[in-house]
Amino acid sequence: MNLEPVPQLLVFGVFVGALYGVAAVGLALVFGVMRVLNVAHGELLMIGGYASFWLFTLWRVDPFVSLLATAPILFVMGLALNGGLFSHVVRLDEETKIKNSLLIGFGLALILQNLAIQLWTADERSVTAAYSGLGLQLFGIVFPYTRLGGLAAALLGIFALHVFLQRTYVGKSIRATAEDWEAAELAGVSVRSVYLITFALGSALAGVAGTLVSVGFTIAPSIGLTWTIKALVVVVLAGLGNVFGVFAAGVLLGVAEALSVLAIGPAYREVVGLALFLVVLLLRPQGLFGAR
Amino acid sequence: MRDGPILEVDGVDAHYGDLQALWGVSLRVDQGEVVALIGPNGAGKTTLLRAVAGLHHPSAGDIKLRGQRVETFPAHRIVTAGVVLVPEGRRLFGGMTVLENLEMGAFSHRARAERFETLRSALEIFPVLAERASQRAATLSGGQQQMLAVGRALMGLPELLLLDEPSLGLAPLVVENIFGVLREINERGVAVLLVEQNARMALELATRAYVLEQGRVVLHGSATELLEDERVQEAYLGYRGVAGVHL
Repeated sequence: MNLEPVPQLLVFGVFVGALYGVAAVGLALVFGVMRVLNVAHGELLMIGGYASFWLFTLWRVDPFVSLLATAPILFVMGLALNGGLFSHVVRLDEETKIKNSLLIGFGLALILQNLAIQLWTADERSVTAAYSGLGLQLFGIVFPYTRLGGLAAALLGIFALHVFLQRTYVGKSIRATAEDWEAAELAGVSVRSVYLITFALGSALAGVAGTLVSVGFTIAPSIGLTWTIKALVVVVLAGLGNVFGVFAAGVLLGVAEALSVLAIGPAYREVVGLALFLVVLLLRPQGLFGAR
Repeated sequence: MRDGPILEVDGVDAHYGDLQALWGVSLRVDQGEVVALIGPNGAGKTTLLRAVAGLHHPSAGDIKLRGQRVETFPAHRIVTAGVVLVPEGRRLFGGMTVLENLEMGAFSHRARAERFETLRSALEIFPVLAERASQRAATLSGGQQQMLAVGRALMGLPELLLLDEPSLGLAPLVVENIFGVLREINERGVAVLLVEQNARMALELATRAYVLEQGRVVLHGSATELLEDERVQEAYLGYRGVAGVHL
């Protein structure tokens, strides 16, 4: 086997993995706090990607600058979706809640996907900034600027989320609710409001991920499910309870996929994640970085 | 607002699905009082506390705090109204630090403004929590966890503290300690409604008490009266006139 491309593959694996991490952390946050698996998370990511695409196409807004708009747009959308849909299921008993939230999620995914086709056609789109295709070259390895920017934005987002959850009063109330919502209510926390903020935050993170996908990757109305599955695999790999753990698991998946291209060929790239998913579920169901 | 009841429960029914857990329960807690609620397992004591705390809405009857009806309030608004429950099994945020647990207790707007002063007095009552401030709550011993649970409740500035089995699973010496603290808290003007397995200790601390059996109040009176009452002695205080043997 020719090992020459390994360093380059590793680097690209990290770049893609950082994106997986951001895509997954929103899903993990919503699942960890509300115990709702939002299977429309990938569609929210897709909407974030389109927001970035149109901001760039219509007004030439740099995609990294447009993060300042796409995250708030998706945050507001998350507020509406929680208020209109998901807030009605969180108080149901566990089994009904799982079933109903999955149904709502799948329905929402279908609606958003078809809405996107109606509005923006099924064409694949991508943001091509002036610096797309350019990059640094170090030791024979290429570091495209778009990917470096994506990695930086991903790290910044994850770090900001970590600080928010650890240091602010609202962030602490989100962690408390994730641990025991009744005890949080008894401490004076309005769990309803916590769920609202959490869902909106998860959506905003999907918006960030979508924006980063729109640079250097492609977006189309149909990409949602792929990203939901990627995010789900990462969440299972990581386990719940740790923002950096989710990010690290994302990077791990990205690197594993990249190296698999060399080891077993690109045809099986998608299989690697699912195989990892099964192995972790069998051997360490709490996830690599999860508690208990 | 010195006199008059803080809490009035009037004719409360509660259900779990088709199962009725409380049948027309009425009770009252006055300013600065300690009221004990005793009864066998499954009598509905926890359900009653949860109903008052807003975690389980009654199917009939009303619950008043300082004369205001609150039986439909969500739990966090009961906290704002000055009533805080220390739930059975403590229910700490195990992954968060001792200090963070205390901070969370002061989340309601009313308590948040004064949280630094409240924290100081809570750490005065529980000096051990100050030593462990940055430790994760799950790593504390059972007794320390119970103290943290009470400390967290105090951070909400309660006028009425609801306690569900604070002695459960703790060593006798630790239980003595907890009850000493409850007395101290009461002396600072906080009323207490106490559900307790250890009926003797509860009645010794309380001014008045209610006996709950199968979801109904079957007996109530001053704590001294109940300590003397034969039925109470036999059922809850371990007196048993078996074959002439008196303990």
